[in-house]
Amino acid sequence: MINIIDYGMGNTVSIRNMIVKAGGKAQISGDPEKLSLAKAIILPGVGNFGKAMELIHAGGFKAIIDEKVKEKVPVLGICLGMQLLLDHSEEGDVSGLGYIPGEVKKFIFADRQYKIPHMGWDEVEAAKANDLIPQDAAEKQRFYFVHSYFAQCENESDVLCKTVYGHEFHSAVHRDHITGVQFHPEKSHRFGLTFFRNYLKHYGL
Amino acid sequence: MAYNVSRVIPVLTVKNRELVKTLKFGNPKYIGDPINAIKVFNDKECDELMVLDIGASVNGKSPDFVHLKEMAGEAFMPIGYGGGIHSFETARQVFQCGIEKVVLNSVLLENPGIVDEIAAHYGNQSVVISLDYKKEFFGGLKPVFFSGKKSKKIHIAAFAKEMEDRGAGEIILHSVDREGTFSGYDLELLQEVVHATTIPVVPLGGAGGNADLDKALESAGAHAVAAASLFVFKNNDRNSILINYSTTK
Repeated sequence: MINIIDYGMGNTVSIRNMIVKAGGKAQISGDPEKLSLAKAIILPGVGNFGKAMELIHAGGFKAIIDEKVKEKVPVLGICLGMQLLLDHSEEGDVSGLGYIPGEVKKFIFADRQYKIPHMGWDEVEAAKANDLIPQDAAEKQRFYFVHSYFAQCENESDVLCKTVYGHEFHSAVHRDHITGVQFHPEKSHRFGLTFFRNYLKHYGL
Repeated sequence: MAYNVSRVIPVLTVKNRELVKTLKFGNPKYIGDPINAIKVFNDKECDELMVLDIGASVNGKSPDFVHLKEMAGEAFMPIGYGGGIHSFETARQVFQCGIEKVVLNSVLLENPGIVDEIAAHYGNQSVVISLDYKKEFFGGLKPVFFSGKKSKKIHIAAFAKEMEDRGAGEIILHSVDREGTFSGYDLELLQEVVHATTIPVVPLGGAGGNADLDKALESAGAHAVAAASLFVFKNNDRNSILINYSTTK
């Protein structure tokens, strides 16, 4: 069973519905105890990084996620959930979960053409060979984004996808069993469905 | 490298959790369950949806958050929601339901400052204005609010510009007179408002087929197009219900 963590922020229902549509089984868990049997964990998130880390600590989720990561249980962070996987964010000036070395920074543009948040459909380019994001040049993969902060991995090897908004940023990350996507696959119809199908297949879920 | 294909946005008008369709803002006809319509649009891979609760503001009601969460949970694409949003706090609760954009109309009559507030906190693109308008008795057009029951004496293009200056990210130019008639978009006003503003202007009301969508996008300067009756009726016949969707390309 895939467990989608409900720590108080994020589109948990949309994510579950899309996983079911992709042929998987998922449940939304607000209770850290329920995560002990999880075959995969999804960390959603919409909103403020500082507030999210506060809720994750307060809800007793940090310890159990750390344990699952040690057990090599797949973890998928979505949107803010992906940012939480990194070391630190400028939003709140707070430490993240630290599973993937990197920083979360704020988009700052002198050019008013670039509105903040980065909101809308945008294309992603795979940065390394992988089973999750199709690398077929025939069709560009696009997803729905809504974010004011972006991830910057310390190691190029952890970058799964890149997207350009004013400048290049890391739109998806991957290290060992930990994956993060800045975009919302659950709001990206067939592209999101393909992503989840690939994820389920890759991890045998 | 943003994805810049012109959007074709289906609009679902909801009342008491039912999907309905009006004609010139009157005669609501029961269409079905909005959840089923959303599932159809999921399958048709529609990029964006708009849901408007037409029974909210006019009856002094707040958004139905429970139903809103349900609809947001079913949709595999971003949703813009309007209906009964009269305060920043209400808008915040709407965003928390999993909605990407709020659509404002009635509140603009007395409290247009709400646009500045929401845009400052959530970003311009999360605030959409539904600029509903109708013909005046002696000619000319006027913006209307509360399901067309109240109006304001202001030039439409000027009102649109005011909304842009307050931080709105998009203007839906919604013609009450053409709504549900399949008689074509109001291209003249569309061009006027496009020239008066720099944010996306999206016509709604009167689309009768792909040719109308194309004309608005290619010759009138629309950045996106929206339609309601076109996507819930078959062959433009109000007696033949069929949830459908196609882009012009």
